[in-house]
Amino acid sequence: MMNVQSKMEGNKLILYVLGEIDHHTAKEIRKEMDKQIISLRPKEIRINLSSVSFMDSSGLGLIMGRYAVASDIGAALKVVNPTDSVARIMLMAGLDKIVPIERIK
Amino acid sequence: MRSHIVNEMRLTIPSKSINESYARYAISAFVGQLDPAVDELGDIRTVVSEAVTNCVVHAYREEEGKIYICAKYYDDGRVVIQIKDRGCGIPDVKKAMEPLYTTDQSGERGGMGFAIMESFTDKLKVRSCAGYGTTVTMTKRIKK
Repeated sequence: MMNVQSKMEGNKLILYVLGEIDHHTAKEIRKEMDKQIISLRPKEIRINLSSVSFMDSSGLGLIMGRYAVASDIGAALKVVNPTDSVARIMLMAGLDKIVPIERIK
Repeated sequence: MRSHIVNEMRLTIPSKSINESYARYAISAFVGQLDPAVDELGDIRTVVSEAVTNCVVHAYREEEGKIYICAKYYDDGRVVIQIKDRGCGIPDVKKAMEPLYTTDQSGERGGMGFAIMESFTDKLKVRSCAGYGTTVTMTKRIKK
């Protein structure tokens, strides 16, 4: 099953992650995200985590890694609508200070 | 008053990354007997995932070894989870436990594993011997 679905909205690339993010699944998710980012070269990247049921520190690494990729192409990176447990781990690590969390209805 | 063990589980799994989720589900099913709150169960799943991932990524690296998981819960609501490997060991446990410390060069790992285990449990103990392996013991009290 593909864990990432992507959509372009103008200059924005929206990456929807589905399921669980751990060290095992992060490899495929990273590969798919980087493929989309490199080929579409957006101005803004939004990683939507509303359908992520579990995330551990591998997810933090995944987001930090995408922040580096986004910076390389001059794109801004945001995390959108994380679930409570995902937001908690991001806040605990202070990752929200580097990658802002946005709540969109 | 001394607390007593109510139930106990043991699980031995190969250090394959696909078993990270298996370990989480097994622990969830076991701890579920205590009827924990959603947050408490989420914390336990997370810390088990962190400890098992450490075994896969750091302890055994490219080789495959065994991961030994033992969990017990007591009549006072304490859950004690022990995750053990016979991998390479950690030469400097204090340093490894510092937030953001990682030996990973790829930039894809944040070095937050032990910080999360510490933050999401009531007690974390790490015993390691270079060349012989590591044992992580975590205690969390489930509120009644």
